[in-house]
Amino acid sequence: MLGTGILQGLIVTAKNFVGSFHDPARYTTLEYPEVKPALPEAYRNFPFLVCDNATDPMGTLRCVACQICEKECPPQCIYIEKSRDKKPDATGKLQIYPAVFAIDTSVCMSCQICVEVCPFDAIKMDQVFEIATTDRYAALLLDRGQLTKPNAYFHTIHPTEAAEVDARLTADRQAAEEKARAAALAKAKTPAASPAPAAPVAKRDQTLESAP
Amino acid sequence: MIAAALTPDSFLERLPVLARDTVTGLLPESWCWLAGSLLEIIAILAGFGLLFAYLTLAERKILGRIQNRPGPNRTGWFGLLQPFADGVKALTKEDVVPAGADRVLHFLAPVVLVAVSLLGFAVLPFGRHLVAVELDTAVLYFFAAGTATELAVFMAGWASHNKYSLLAAMRALAQLISYELPLLLSVVPVVLVAGTLSTTKIVAAQGGWSLGFVPHWHVFTPWGAAGFGLFMVAALAESNRSPFDLPEAESELIAGHLTEYSGFKYALFFMAEYFGMCALSGMAVTLFLGGWGAPSALLEWIPSYAWFTAKLLVLLLGFIWIRATLPRLRLDQLMKFAWKFLVPLTLLNLANAAGWSLTAGWTGPLQLVRWAVALSLVAVPFVVLGRTLSAGSAPRTYRFA
Repeated sequence: MLGTGILQGLIVTAKNFVGSFHDPARYTTLEYPEVKPALPEAYRNFPFLVCDNATDPMGTLRCVACQICEKECPPQCIYIEKSRDKKPDATGKLQIYPAVFAIDTSVCMSCQICVEVCPFDAIKMDQVFEIATTDRYAALLLDRGQLTKPNAYFHTIHPTEAAEVDARLTADRQAAEEKARAAALAKAKTPAASPAPAAPVAKRDQTLESAP
Repeated sequence: MIAAALTPDSFLERLPVLARDTVTGLLPESWCWLAGSLLEIIAILAGFGLLFAYLTLAERKILGRIQNRPGPNRTGWFGLLQPFADGVKALTKEDVVPAGADRVLHFLAPVVLVAVSLLGFAVLPFGRHLVAVELDTAVLYFFAAGTATELAVFMAGWASHNKYSLLAAMRALAQLISYELPLLLSVVPVVLVAGTLSTTKIVAAQGGWSLGFVPHWHVFTPWGAAGFGLFMVAALAESNRSPFDLPEAESELIAGHLTEYSGFKYALFFMAEYFGMCALSGMAVTLFLGGWGAPSALLEWIPSYAWFTAKLLVLLLGFIWIRATLPRLRLDQLMKFAWKFLVPLTLLNLANAAGWSLTAGWTGPLQLVRWAVALSLVAVPFVVLGRTLSAGSAPRTYRFA
C-alpha cells in the first residue's frame, strides 16, 4: 500500500537514533582529542632514528652516516654530514656517526625507502601524526636530536618488526664474537699467520662505504 | 490549594497576561494599547527566535544520532552554545553581493521573507489568554500572509543574477503554488465543521472530553485525521523541507535561491524557513490537535501554553525525523503527487467533512454507520488512488550496466 515504504524508512531511522545511545556497534565515533584511536601496527608516517640507550641517545645511535638513505630518498628530504672523528657504537666498535642528520618533513613522502635500504636498522618509520606547527620552515625541519628515539619506543609502536630486528642484531653480534674468538685462537696457535680478519660488521661497513 | 490550582484560570494560566498588565499599568492610559502590542511582539520574537536557535541545534543533534554520530557537542555543555556560535559566525562572515545583482532586491528578499513569515504568529492562540490579534478571519489572514513568502523567494532568485538561483526560484514558485491548494483545501473542512474562521473559536470548538479522557480534537475524527495528514504533507512542501526541498537541491542547484547569499542574509533565510515551519506546525496544532487544550480533564492544571508548546515540539520533531528519513523527490513526481493525489483527496475530504457535520444529530447504531461511512471515505480513495498512481512504478527493478 502507498506509504508503507515511508513507514518502514521511519522505523529504520528511529532504530538508528535509539541504537546510537546504547549500541557501540552503531555508534562508532571516537571523540578524537580526548580519545586516541588505536593505530594499526603497520601504520607509518615519518622516519625516526633508533638509538639503543635512552639515557645517552646521541652516543648510542645506530646510524653510521653511510648516507645510503640520503642517496636513495626520492624527494631528497634527508641531509647528512659525516663526523670527522669516530665514536664507539653500542657494541663498543669505533664508528663514524652523523654530525648532522636532518629530515625535512614538509618534503618527506613517507615512502619508507630509507628504512628498506638501511643496513644498520638505524632508521624506522614513526607513528606520530600530530605534527601541526605554526612555522612552515624551521619547525618542519627535524634535526638529529628531534629524530632520535630509543629502541624501547620502537618496540611500543611496531612490536613485531622490532622483535625481529633485535633477534637479528643479537645473532649478528654473537656470530661476530664467535668469529673473533676463533680468530684469536688461530692467532695464538700460529703467531706468524696473516692479520686477523675483521669482524663481519666492520667488513660490511667497508663494502658499503666503497659503494657509489 | 489543589482546588485553586485545578481551575482553568489558575495563577500560572494568567501569568503571561498578568506580567503584561503589570508593565502596561505603569504607563499612561493612552499608551497601554501600544505598549501591550509591542510587548506581545517582543515575546513572540524572543520566544520563536530562541526556539529557532535551539531547533537548529536539535535538528543537527538528532540528524547526527540518526546517522550514528554525536552531532555538535563542543561549544558549551553538550553543544548548547552552538546556535550562538553559529550566529556570531554568520554575523562576522563577508557579505558578498554579485556584480550583476540587483542590489536593492538582493538586500530586500531575506528581510521581506523573515517579516512575512513572522506575520502568521499574530493569530496563533498560544494559550487560553494568549493570542496577539483576535481576528474573525484569522485562518484566511494566516494563509494570505504565508503566501507572500513565495514573492520573497522569487525576489531572491531573480535579484541574484545567477542561473541556479533563477531556476530554483522558478521551481520554488511552481512547488509553493501547487501545494498551496491542498494546504488550503485541507483546512476548509475544519472551517466547515467549526463554522468559523477565528482560530480562538476553532480551538474552543475542540474543547471538552468524552468520558473525561477522549478529547474532541478534530484529529480524532475520520475527516480530521485525513485532513491532518494532508495538511502536514502540504506543510512540509510549503516550508521547503525534505523530501520537498527541491528549490535548494544541492546536487542540482548548488543551494538554490540561497546560492548568492552569505553571512547574515543566509542566516535570515534559514530563520525564515524555521519560522515558516513553526507557524505551519502551530496552525496544525490549532486546527487539528485541539490547540492549547489538554488531552485529559485530569491534566488541565498544566498551563495551556505548555500544552501548545508540547504539541508544537512534537510536530517539529516529526519534521526533523522525516527529513532524516526521506530522499528528495523529482520535480515531476512532486507535481504528480500534488495534483493527482493530494488535491483529489482533499476535495473528497471536504465532502466527507460536510457529510460529518450534516449527520451530527445521528445517535445509537446510526452513529456506527456514520463512522463507517466516514472511515471508508478516507481509506478507500487513499488505497485506490495510491494503487492507480503507483501502478507500474513500484517495485522498482534495478538494472546495472
